[in-house]
Amino acid sequence: MEFNTSQPIYKQIIDDFKKKLIRGELKEGDKIPSQRDYAEQVRVNPNTVQRAYREMESMNMVETLRGQGTFISISADRLEEIKMEMAVNLVDYFISEMESLGYSQKDMFRILKQEQSSGKESADNDRV
Amino acid sequence: MIEFKNISKSFGSTVALDDVSLVFPRGKIIGLFGPNGAGKSTSIKLIMGLNRPDRGEVRVDGENPQNKKQDMAYLPEIDHLYPWMNIAQAADFTRTFYTDWDETKYRELIKFLNLQEDMKISKISKGQRAKTKLLLTVSRRAPYLLMDEPLSGIDILTREEIINTLIRDYREGEQTIIISTHEIAEVESLVDEVIFLDRGQIKLSGNAEDLRVKRNMSLVELMKEAFRNAN
Repeated sequence: MEFNTSQPIYKQIIDDFKKKLIRGELKEGDKIPSQRDYAEQVRVNPNTVQRAYREMESMNMVETLRGQGTFISISADRLEEIKMEMAVNLVDYFISEMESLGYSQKDMFRILKQEQSSGKESADNDRV
Repeated sequence: MIEFKNISKSFGSTVALDDVSLVFPRGKIIGLFGPNGAGKSTSIKLIMGLNRPDRGEVRVDGENPQNKKQDMAYLPEIDHLYPWMNIAQAADFTRTFYTDWDETKYRELIKFLNLQEDMKISKISKGQRAKTKLLLTVSRRAPYLLMDEPLSGIDILTREEIINTLIRDYREGEQTIIISTHEIAEVESLVDEVIFLDRGQIKLSGNAEDLRVKRNMSLVELMKEAFRNAN
């Protein structure tokens, strides 16, 4: 995992787990690496990993069972919330970047539609 | 916890530290950053009790550093190993001085770092010497690990090995690591706390993650900015 060093690393670790949950690569009950193993894998300060894991516990994403490890423990509702949060963040980012370039909302919708249909076309072409 | 209270230190007419007060919190990995001549090595030597301040006071867990030498493992910037020794002999030498030597860890690390006991110090590469220094320092279970430029002049793969060793071996909560370096990019994801020094003064300090939240910048960028404002 490559980190963007101008953003807090613990947040990027949490986002990585969120994405894995959304994609279904991680599911309820799955065991995740111990903090130490994870720190070694991604080459990050173990204290930073500890902070990320602690935060994920308080966000009701994972649960640590004494002597057994840390497991994904998330309700379907919570997962939906996280999905929505991530989507909203991405859209917010898109809008603010576009606004900073001077695009109106109308322009944005137009470009999105245009891109969507051209994306469809190329997907159709791929199929042929 | 290590404390500097209004420390000043000069060497002749060169001011190394100028009225510096700071705290190195316990159980953290702390980066001591700054260009050459900023006062990084002097700070580490003061903690080790190898230098004395002209003014001010250094406290290690509330005590004089001279009384805490057994608690500190030091990796000096210079080549301090005897060239005629092999790694086994250098390890023997360290073992006799310190009661916290951990033989199991030493055996494990020597393998992990791809070193061999019969390698002679005078015959090995610079990278291997750097790894040997690390091996001998980290094989002690000292609560304080002080490293002066452990990465300088070393190839990128060896740097990675050194950083991996530190992460692998770090004892959360109980061990405090202070790393002085100007290779900030290499240790971005390794340090908890950072102290930027320039010409004997603190330019910026704080928790690395908090600084990123507040400033949206990497440590490298923060350092560049701190120095641009200084000049």
